[in-house]
Amino acid sequence: MNSNTPQPRISVQGLNFYYQNTLAIKNVSIDFADKCVTALIGPSGCGKSTLLRVFNRMYDLYPGQRAEGKVTVDGENIIDPSVAASKLRAKMGMVFQRPTPFPMSIFENIAFPIKLYQKLSRSEMIDRVETALRKAALWNEVKDKLNSSGLGLSGGQQQRLCIARAIATHPEILLLDEPASALDPISTAQIDQLIDELRNEFCVLLVTHNLAQAARVSDFTAFLYLGELIESGPTKQIFTSPREKQTEDYVTGRMG
Amino acid sequence: MKTDPTVILRRKITNRVMVALFSLAVLISIGALAAILWKLSVAGLKAFSIDIFTKGTPAPGTAGGLLNAIVGSIVLVVTGLAGAIPLGVLAGTYLAEYGRDSWMGNVVRFCTDILLSAPSIIIGLFIYGIIVLPSGHFSAWAGAAALCLVAVPVIVRTTEDMLCLVPDSLREAAVALGCPYWKMIVKIGWRAARPGIVTGILLALARISGETAPLLFTSLNNQFSTSTMNGPIASLPIVIFQFAMSPYKDWQNLAWSGAFLITVTVLAINIFSRRVLFTKRHN
Repeated sequence: MNSNTPQPRISVQGLNFYYQNTLAIKNVSIDFADKCVTALIGPSGCGKSTLLRVFNRMYDLYPGQRAEGKVTVDGENIIDPSVAASKLRAKMGMVFQRPTPFPMSIFENIAFPIKLYQKLSRSEMIDRVETALRKAALWNEVKDKLNSSGLGLSGGQQQRLCIARAIATHPEILLLDEPASALDPISTAQIDQLIDELRNEFCVLLVTHNLAQAARVSDFTAFLYLGELIESGPTKQIFTSPREKQTEDYVTGRMG
Repeated sequence: MKTDPTVILRRKITNRVMVALFSLAVLISIGALAAILWKLSVAGLKAFSIDIFTKGTPAPGTAGGLLNAIVGSIVLVVTGLAGAIPLGVLAGTYLAEYGRDSWMGNVVRFCTDILLSAPSIIIGLFIYGIIVLPSGHFSAWAGAAALCLVAVPVIVRTTEDMLCLVPDSLREAAVALGCPYWKMIVKIGWRAARPGIVTGILLALARISGETAPLLFTSLNNQFSTSTMNGPIASLPIVIFQFAMSPYKDWQNLAWSGAFLITVTVLAINIFSRRVLFTKRHN
């Protein structure tokens, strides 16, 4: 990004991404700083969600999707199939557009990912679940009903449950794919506040359609258009004095 | 906008006529079911007594019940399902999770559909060919195998359909946590689809408990209670078939009782399984 940014957590160089034969991300190069919130903005279909899904190799699930180029995390090119996706995903928590609580109790929802990596005693597990729920600002609302189904929570609570689940395994990077787009304004404000707190611990990547949200919570902003990275930099600069005409048109609402 | 009154009138008449036709169709189909249930209850309850459950099938002219047939049916159905559940659930899971667009998946799906609509007597003949003839005798094993083959496609299709209803975002959410794909299926996919899968199993159970044709060439019949799976065994549908065709009045009455029993059981399983699905969906 600019010269005084801290050490990049994720470094993307010359990334191309294909859905079958359609090029969805075109030669994108960008660094993402640690302990910061970076917002990815752009009109629908610009490739911002696709970019996010490259980082935890979600595209592995779908034959016909492939990435080319270099994405460096901890000195490894994670695009390389020899890097184990499960190891990579342990470093990255992801939250989706629609809340995705698992069909189990609130407690089990948080314990599920922890059990994938660690064998904990019951009391340790209770501590871990509580910590995760506290960090996601959900503890006070659910502490008396940990054994009831996660599906019974409201949409905003479900989304915070998913955030708690994503951070329960102590990842270092959080991939948030429009986490508030299906929520009401009050829940959105809660999520924003939560993201604001998470920046101290994680490298947060936030895909959003909501420009106000990007402006409110992010330190850096990257604007993508039709699969290309048009401009990236400190959020204030992108929103007040963008270098590119397209960026200005988008953030002022003339395009998109 | 001004509307022509004749248009309104025409719409009203068309509406009345269509509603009347739909209602008639509903009445006819429900009426048929009601008539069957009514006739079964009247004729079935006439000879219905505790003897049905405590005594074996009698010789003509003597008193008796359906005990050996009821036990035989339970043995055949339970054994058949014990084979069909793992086969069906695993195959359905394969189709939904690994074989959605693959060549192999499409072949399996096509074959399952054929099997689903195949006349069940064909399945009976097939088992006759591969089990009864080589072993030289009819057996409960052969009957259970035939029922298993009838149940498998039902379970495969419901399992596949129910797993396909599980949103992909749930799969992605589990995988994004670093969960291996198989574990996601077992812990998340099956759990999310469980009410539907259980319903499929119950519907398969209802289906095979009334099947007669696959048993004619496989488990045949047995007038006595039997404790071996290697010989012929009695079953309710076959006993009903045999007794109903007989010239003896008390055998015919027993056939009615058996038919009543089977129908009530199948009806109960169907209602119960639909309730399972319904209540889970609305939780």
